[in-house]
Amino acid sequence: MTNPLCDYTLRLADTCVILGQRLSEWCGHGPILEEDIALSNIALDLIGQARMLYAHAAEVEGQGRDEDQLAFLRDCPDFKNILMVEQPNGDFAKTIARQFLFSAFMHPYWAALMTSQDETLAAIAAKAEKEAAYHVRHCAEWVIRLGDGTEESHKRMRNALDELWDYTGELFEKDALEAGLIERGIAVDPETIRTDWDDTVDAVLTRATLDRPSDRYMQTGGREGLHSEHLGHILSEMQFLQRAYPGGTW
Amino acid sequence: MTETTIPLWEVFIRSRNGMAHRHAGSVHAADAEMALQAARDVYTRRGEGLSIWVVPSAAIVANDPDDRGMLFEPAASKIYRHPTFYNIPEEVENM
Repeated sequence: MTNPLCDYTLRLADTCVILGQRLSEWCGHGPILEEDIALSNIALDLIGQARMLYAHAAEVEGQGRDEDQLAFLRDCPDFKNILMVEQPNGDFAKTIARQFLFSAFMHPYWAALMTSQDETLAAIAAKAEKEAAYHVRHCAEWVIRLGDGTEESHKRMRNALDELWDYTGELFEKDALEAGLIERGIAVDPETIRTDWDDTVDAVLTRATLDRPSDRYMQTGGREGLHSEHLGHILSEMQFLQRAYPGGTW
Repeated sequence: MTETTIPLWEVFIRSRNGMAHRHAGSVHAADAEMALQAARDVYTRRGEGLSIWVVPSAAIVANDPDDRGMLFEPAASKIYRHPTFYNIPEEVENM
């Protein structure tokens, strides 16, 4: 695997599919019916994004693999998702905080990717940008209501942000592979959207009466396939059917 | 759990331009913004909507079901009020 475009697309796809899988754990367990469906909708958006990205990666790779094989037949070290998305759902506040921090990054990221020199990535980004815009809005409203809610909800949202803050550094990392693609106008330089992300996060946390956690040691490793212990459990559930019944369709 | 403390909202969806909003159902939400989002998430998943209204259920005034006879039965015998004696051109899609 020495195709930078394929690897870059896979990173995005892995991040989307793992978060989609994580969120779908809420299906049937949401705090109220309305939010159960809202979280499932976001999960389906993410899985839809992952499908388009995997299909593109498979085509770029040109090894005859398809989107299913990329999602269901690769093992932990092959997955290059950022670590934030594989973190357990925790309580509702943690799920919302994770989705907010992630979507506040992805919305401007997709918007920037719409001008990618790679036409397929640009088209995928145009579709994903609208979905991400809603994810930000929905989660922001919850962050505000939980932060500026009761003593208990405030405490839970504060704890959630504290736990997840360690994983926000990875959003802005770029390695040599991405630097090369940024040079060619294909990938997005995350540094160019840092201000966007800061502004969104700060504005929402202020309205939520929450303090922004201070920057500190940041977790890293997703891009190299170095994951927390959680990813294996996600994959064992997500990939079970294709492992047990290879090529199975329904 | 705490469902009884979350206000109920009635949801009206307009499917395309020129059509009226129609009652789609109801959602629970703490306030208007969350009610709009819940309505979007619950009732427009299959491309049903171009516009959403939400109204607090408590703001809706309904007739007493016991008044049904007085309110509605007198209309049943007045067939001449139906515009069924006209031919409507096909180009007029929605009357």
